[in-house]
Amino acid sequence: MADAPYVTANPFNRSRAALLFLGCAVVLTMLQYAALLPSWLHRLPETMIPPFAAWLDVVFNFIKDDLGLLKLTRFLTSGLENVLDASGNIFFGKRRWPNLGPMPWTAVAGVAAVIGYYLGGWRLAALAGGTFVWTALIGQWKIAMETVSVLVVAAPLAFIIGLSWGIAAWKYEWINKAIKPVLSVLQTLPFFTYLLPAVIFFKVGPTAGAMATIVYAIPPMILMTTLGLQKVSPEVVEAGKMSGCSRFQMLRHVYLPSARSDILVGVNQVIMLCLAMVVLTAFIGMPGLGAKLLAMMGSFKLGRSFEIGITIVLLAVTLDRMSKAWVIKQPVHFEKGTSWLNRHKTLVLAVCLFVGFTLLSKVIPLVGSIGRGQDFSQGRELDRAIKGFLAIDGVQSVTYGIRYVLNVWVLNPFRDFMLSIPTPAVILIIVAFAISLGGRREGIIAGVFFGLVALSGWWDRSIITLYSVLAAVSIAMLIGIPLGVWASRSEKWSRRILIACDTAQTFPSFIYLIPAIMLFGITATAVVGSITIFAMVPLTRYTIEGLRTVPLEMTEAADMAGATRMQKLMNVELPLALPTMAVGFNQAIMFAFFMVIIAAFIGTQDLGQELQRTLAGTDLGKNFVLGICVSLMALTFDVVIMKWATQKKQALGLT
Amino acid sequence: MSSEIPVISCKNVWKVFGADPKAYLAKTPPDRSFDDMREDGYIAGVKDVSLDVHQGEMLVIMGLSGSGKSTLVRCFSRLHEITAGTIEVEGQDIMSLAEKDLIDLRRSKMGMVFQSFGLLPHRSVLDNVAFPLEMRGQDKHTRRERALEVIKLVGLEGREDFFPRELSGGQQQRVGIARSLAIEPDIWFLDEPFSALDPLIRKEMQDEFLRLQQMLNKTIVFITHDFDEALRLADRIAIMKDGAIEQCDTPDKIVLRPATEYVRKFTEDVDKSRVVRAGGLAEVSQTGEGDPVDAGLSVQKMARMLIEDTREFIPVIRKGKPIGAFSRAEALDILLGDQ
Repeated sequence: MADAPYVTANPFNRSRAALLFLGCAVVLTMLQYAALLPSWLHRLPETMIPPFAAWLDVVFNFIKDDLGLLKLTRFLTSGLENVLDASGNIFFGKRRWPNLGPMPWTAVAGVAAVIGYYLGGWRLAALAGGTFVWTALIGQWKIAMETVSVLVVAAPLAFIIGLSWGIAAWKYEWINKAIKPVLSVLQTLPFFTYLLPAVIFFKVGPTAGAMATIVYAIPPMILMTTLGLQKVSPEVVEAGKMSGCSRFQMLRHVYLPSARSDILVGVNQVIMLCLAMVVLTAFIGMPGLGAKLLAMMGSFKLGRSFEIGITIVLLAVTLDRMSKAWVIKQPVHFEKGTSWLNRHKTLVLAVCLFVGFTLLSKVIPLVGSIGRGQDFSQGRELDRAIKGFLAIDGVQSVTYGIRYVLNVWVLNPFRDFMLSIPTPAVILIIVAFAISLGGRREGIIAGVFFGLVALSGWWDRSIITLYSVLAAVSIAMLIGIPLGVWASRSEKWSRRILIACDTAQTFPSFIYLIPAIMLFGITATAVVGSITIFAMVPLTRYTIEGLRTVPLEMTEAADMAGATRMQKLMNVELPLALPTMAVGFNQAIMFAFFMVIIAAFIGTQDLGQELQRTLAGTDLGKNFVLGICVSLMALTFDVVIMKWATQKKQALGLT
Repeated sequence: MSSEIPVISCKNVWKVFGADPKAYLAKTPPDRSFDDMREDGYIAGVKDVSLDVHQGEMLVIMGLSGSGKSTLVRCFSRLHEITAGTIEVEGQDIMSLAEKDLIDLRRSKMGMVFQSFGLLPHRSVLDNVAFPLEMRGQDKHTRRERALEVIKLVGLEGREDFFPRELSGGQQQRVGIARSLAIEPDIWFLDEPFSALDPLIRKEMQDEFLRLQQMLNKTIVFITHDFDEALRLADRIAIMKDGAIEQCDTPDKIVLRPATEYVRKFTEDVDKSRVVRAGGLAEVSQTGEGDPVDAGLSVQKMARMLIEDTREFIPVIRKGKPIGAFSRAEALDILLGDQ
């Protein structure tokens, strides 16, 4: 887009077009309030809504039964099931082949610590070992291993599939063009949409969960692989060619090793998405940490939920840190004459620890596994403490106050207002927003996407979803952006907050429900609260990053021009940081769409709830329609905001 | 020299970048200027270049960035497919080679050094140097032996197990040079090998390079944007602008008789007395009298003699044989900077 910086030269006047659309929307809304608007303009009449769900069902049934896909997937299922059983046996002693497990917890913790040491020194060793020791001592070893056993199967599979597709997309432009749009839809589809097809095609239970997990984790791996391969320096490629590499040698010895970092970043994302998804697949009967957490939260056992939450968080942080340490780990040479033992001391140590602890566990059972009643779980006491704390008058009046203010003065009026606007007016407003930020193309996309949502027949629920997202993101902005601005003032605090954000982003989204439920119980405020916390993370993070990356000369120029701190912030730093902040805003909205669907678990009236209901049955068509509604709304924002950010970056010469 | 087949011979070579360069070039008159072609949406990377490189010669291609020098050298090794013209390497048209034969050619005859080194970050010095040998399937023992040999040659002994990022820029480029020499190539391409280095290191590497060249006596195509470097190293210099060669000649001739205004601008600030040698000044028709001087002496080296001598013409010998004589007045003009 070479002409992008000259937007003003465009004959299509964006602001005027946007104003026109906005005006129409206002007129329509006014008419509605004056009760002059015919009802078919307020909401699309039922009769005009095409039965998308039924059509999709026909298509799915055709694929499933007539094309024999079900037979194929059931065949695949048995293969995957065997692998899962084997890993289940090794990790938590499922009675299947090879009947070796379970591994003693001390052995696992020991090996994890050694790997941690190898990748990142003592601190990582302590984190990795500590995570597993905690898990065992708190009495969650078995459920944690149930989760891990699926993870170790799903992540490598997702990696291999994603890598192959990534290479194919890099090699053949037409594949790249074909899968790009599919990938962007897949990445915005709410996770519930992955679950039902998995259930239908792969039977309920771990297999379906593993399958959904794999599919969910593939897209970023493809993207990172393609990106990494495209980024390989042309000189390295030429050096390979001049060294006489054949095509396969180029890929094997030049491209893949040079793209190592990006591919490993992909691995990191695969692992984290797999963990998040394995936890969430509890909804379709995957045993493990997720299922336990779901059960505990459902019965409002806050103490145990809290403990499981900590386990999940520790596991997430450990896996994230270890895989990130692997990204930056560079090969180091040994001095000449280093003995074999010295060069492989970590490997030797790991094997020794594993064998040692395994043998020890034969003698001392406690080293092998910690039984019921031997753990240190404080679930009940914690539960009592938390509930006691919440019952204190002061605390209760605060949480109640927040709830009341939010519900009665902010959330409900906002929701009712959004619901009162006629459908075409909402679409017009969105289009106006898209045109003024993006351009004509974005306007058309917004119109088509929201038009489809209107036609889906789930308009009201979509609007409630949208309202939750917007409300939560607005609150998150009110807190997150000032926090980011403040933190960016000092080197020390930016670093701390960035680390906190990084860490928070590795948590499976489910975790965010725990503090919200603790504070607000199972209410709509808890939903908005959890989305707010979740959406705040990228907002704060990108605000800091945007402000910190403002070129030094510009702030110096502002200083020399005699700007006060505030003037500098408003006139120099924020305008330059805005495109980066927009990326954070965009992520916040995407996160919010995800979270609002997950939050359906604690009772909302949006698409998420309907989606969750479909899981109980076999409404594949409806499941897809609902999922795509969410995806279309999310994509609209994604397209518009990212377009705006790129335009702005180009105009500011920041690219 | 002209009797043997040139090592590289290119005739009317074009490399045009754009949507459909072949069709575009076919319908475009060859005298269309670089800027006009850019208006049409095409970039002439290499524009109608004809050039021979001879056995054992060091040809330096000089030009500013974007002048097409890197593109040209990549055409010689078919890293770029040319749009029109022919390139022959030792009499073989490389454009007609099948992929396998091209790979064989590179594996046996060509070595290349890159500006930003192009080292594989995940391989140690030894493995980087041995890479071309590995690619052509040599066994581990032989390739290790050969790699150690070249590593010693470039003075990196004892660093075999280091990784590229553990080395300084100069050392990394030594690895790049060692790698390009591992297969004992006949033709050696160097694409601005010293441009990314600090001035002091650059000087050191140039000396090192001259030392290697004296030992190995390869056919070399060397690219640089640094005119001083070109003058220091070259047997012949080809100056490029907008994809075309402005002048291709010995350093003396380029300095003394620039063919175009563009070339003259380059030579303006050069201390000619350091560049011009007795051999370049010598006129065959003259004989002179008295003690002869060696053709390799620069005017500056002869300064004292030029001032103290009284002869009008001074005879010049190359390898013991008289090749003519030069005018002392002309040499003095160069020395004193008079026009």
